[in-house]
Amino acid sequence: MTQTLTPTQSSTAGAEPQKTPWWEFFTFSVDHKVIGIQYLVTSFMFYLIGGALASAVRVELATPDSDLVDPAFYNSLFTMHGTVMIFLWIVPAVTGGFGNYLVPLMIGARDMAFPKLNAIAFWLTIPAGLLLMGSFFVGPASTGWTAYPPLSILTDEHVGQAIWILSILLVGTSSILAAVNFIVTIWSMRMKGMDLFSMPLFCWAMMATSVLALLATPVLAGAMVLLGFDLLIGTNFFNPTGGGDPVVYQHLFWFYSHPAVYVMILPVFGIISEVIPPHSRKPIFGYKAIAYSSMMICALGLFVWAHHMFTSGTPDWLRVFFMVATLLVAVPTGIKVFSWVATLWGGKLRLDSPLLFAMGFISTFLIGGLSGVMLGSAPVDIHVHDTYFVVAHFHYVLFGGSVFGIYAGLYHWFPKMTGRMLNEFWGKIHFVLTFIGMHLTFGPMHILGLQGMPRRVAQYDPQFAPINVICTIGALILAFSTVPFVINAVYSWFKGEQAPDNPWNALTLEWTTSSPPIPHNWVGDPVLATGPYDYGEEYKEDRQEAIAVS
Amino acid sequence: MKVNNKLISIVVIIGLIIAASIWYGRNNGLLPVAAGDEATLYDGLFNTILAIAAGFFLIVEGVLLYSIIKFRKRKGDEADGPAIHENLTLEIAWTAIPTVIVMWVAIYSFDVYTAMQGTQDLSGMAHGGMHNAVAHVDHAAHHESGGMHSNSMTSKATLASSNNNGVMMAGVIPSEDSDVVAINVSAMQFAWVFNYTDEIATAELHVPVGKKIRLNMNAVDVLHAFWVPQLRIKQDVIPGRETYLEFTPRVVGEYPVVCAELCGSYHGGMRTTMVIDTPEDYAKWLKEQQEIASNDPEAIVASRPPSQMSEQEYLAGKVAQMGITSKK
Repeated sequence: MTQTLTPTQSSTAGAEPQKTPWWEFFTFSVDHKVIGIQYLVTSFMFYLIGGALASAVRVELATPDSDLVDPAFYNSLFTMHGTVMIFLWIVPAVTGGFGNYLVPLMIGARDMAFPKLNAIAFWLTIPAGLLLMGSFFVGPASTGWTAYPPLSILTDEHVGQAIWILSILLVGTSSILAAVNFIVTIWSMRMKGMDLFSMPLFCWAMMATSVLALLATPVLAGAMVLLGFDLLIGTNFFNPTGGGDPVVYQHLFWFYSHPAVYVMILPVFGIISEVIPPHSRKPIFGYKAIAYSSMMICALGLFVWAHHMFTSGTPDWLRVFFMVATLLVAVPTGIKVFSWVATLWGGKLRLDSPLLFAMGFISTFLIGGLSGVMLGSAPVDIHVHDTYFVVAHFHYVLFGGSVFGIYAGLYHWFPKMTGRMLNEFWGKIHFVLTFIGMHLTFGPMHILGLQGMPRRVAQYDPQFAPINVICTIGALILAFSTVPFVINAVYSWFKGEQAPDNPWNALTLEWTTSSPPIPHNWVGDPVLATGPYDYGEEYKEDRQEAIAVS
Repeated sequence: MKVNNKLISIVVIIGLIIAASIWYGRNNGLLPVAAGDEATLYDGLFNTILAIAAGFFLIVEGVLLYSIIKFRKRKGDEADGPAIHENLTLEIAWTAIPTVIVMWVAIYSFDVYTAMQGTQDLSGMAHGGMHNAVAHVDHAAHHESGGMHSNSMTSKATLASSNNNGVMMAGVIPSEDSDVVAINVSAMQFAWVFNYTDEIATAELHVPVGKKIRLNMNAVDVLHAFWVPQLRIKQDVIPGRETYLEFTPRVVGEYPVVCAELCGSYHGGMRTTMVIDTPEDYAKWLKEQQEIASNDPEAIVASRPPSQMSEQEYLAGKVAQMGITSKK
């Protein structure tokens, strides 16, 4: 961690920033940086679409009656919202986007191990997204992002449901290809002198994520194929009228879909571990603990799926086993949270947008994590399962967690990706609006769920109306909060202040090349001058010497 | 002296956090009225876990806020922070403490979980509470009894529960001294049907206060979930299987029965009422229902299987009266 390797060769000499021409982003480019940005921009567009769907859902819920859209279409709205946000926004953004852009740069590689596979993985998500959006013209799927049979087999929207299945199969395939690529890249393409424990924590997180995705996604694919058979050719894998078992689908679905939560959040944990140290000018606290905890979450994450099924008629012993496994996940997650807080403690916090979003992430993810522990307890879960408490919980994890983390990452690496700085003032406005909007939208949902409001309903008991109005106002603030970011990002990309190679004085390898980096990342061989987190007054001189020599 | 002051401050702050957490755990007011024995057990567990969560919340958010104020970079200060990488004692402490706490929560949860189900046989068929068993439909018996039952779903439930030991079978009016009141529940898009006997089927659930109630539940079309928020219990109702739910109502009153599992367009409208009656009111109500049934069996639309009903009958008979407005 603290070793200062003797530099062997100049890394940046002669590296001129390399702007990628705009049309390159529309090609079958095999450059990991182009693919990373392709993923980020595409997924962000899907985020805006998913957000628009969510806004429609919330406006509908401003009143207890279903008066904006009819109940059947309402079901399509939240189904597509969930599907888009999970499969086309968070997963592609954190793994495809940040993973592709950063992993090779962080480990001193020229590209990913399989560049063409990488491009294929990205280009699979485009037809998947277009198909899903196109299904609005034929009647989109309306059975929730979980698509539980028999409802998903008996649905009126046969075509929409079939398109949904195909779309999930495509993104699933993309995810598997990406996972293989990351594992091979991280395992075999680290630069000379970088062992596993001097690798940035984001790479550890990507490693854990990829293992998880590789093990779990094929099961989802299997479930989708069988569901497709039931839907289209009348087999009876999950259809009880023909002797099938709908609960088996739930096992298969959640075997993937709970780990999918970690696929979404582990890379964000990695992002946070990269953002906090340079902006608080302290080494990450407990590097090994954070690295091991990622792998622990990966291992435990495979054995918690049945906590989604405490009310599904699972046997007792299964509930107890999964309750204990679920509660245990709190331990490695807690280790990470405590380590981040300890990193901040005593630092010199530069409260710019990246750190604000990172701290926003910790404070909101904490709430999602704590409600997660409550949900892990089987008796507690049984009352609030399928209610707004669960909606609140997973939005605190996936919005407060993933989205805040993604924003922290975008503000942190935007200078590296584009060669321009984002405007700090608008970044802070963006943060404040997002933070307020998020808590206003999802905070009161905890109360709704505990008091008795089920999720996925267009009509609800009028006693819940006042709290729903607050949630809807929050959602509109949240929708509006993206405006300053979009304007800031687009404007800054073209006209923003020029970014130096290393505007944050950060120590991970990606900051040792130009902003934006040249093709193949470095002119000569990259040089490991310091450990990735050797911040701190005591290291300052050594660091400057090492950098000067390099 | 300085060290002592610091120590005293830490002890005082931790004491205040613990006190605030315990107070919040006891006074959160987040749950609706507890109308059954299980709900009381549930609330104890919920409040305890909430208090623990509140403690962690206050500690972490407190440290974050303190850091923002105390450790933010001052103007012109370009120095780094201290180069602290790790502290083994601290790391062991914050791994061990949460591990002990979550294991304790797991044990307490298991304890409450088994208590919520009463003295059930956890080993196999005769378990109650929120359980299921695949409905074993004896086809021969089913045919024999077919003429005696008003619909096939009812007979299926009756046969399934007759396989279980120790609890009263569905389809029998509970006598005064019986321990368990068994009611067959059919869930369908978008209504609940409660079968008390072969004759009595209602859209509203009535249960006597203080008796153990056992619901033998099955679904005729898609997944549904039976939930009464004031009882804190929920169980999916699954086509092709029979699931059970047991509870003991304690507080007389009217409570909502909610479908919690997405079941189609009018899922949000699949609501009805559960009335916890005094024993006298319950007996009276049951008698009334018997009279209605004997006078006009067809009056209860929902006693017929859904295959014999039109969609309009469902919606008109069950859903429209629940206040649903359809745009279609």
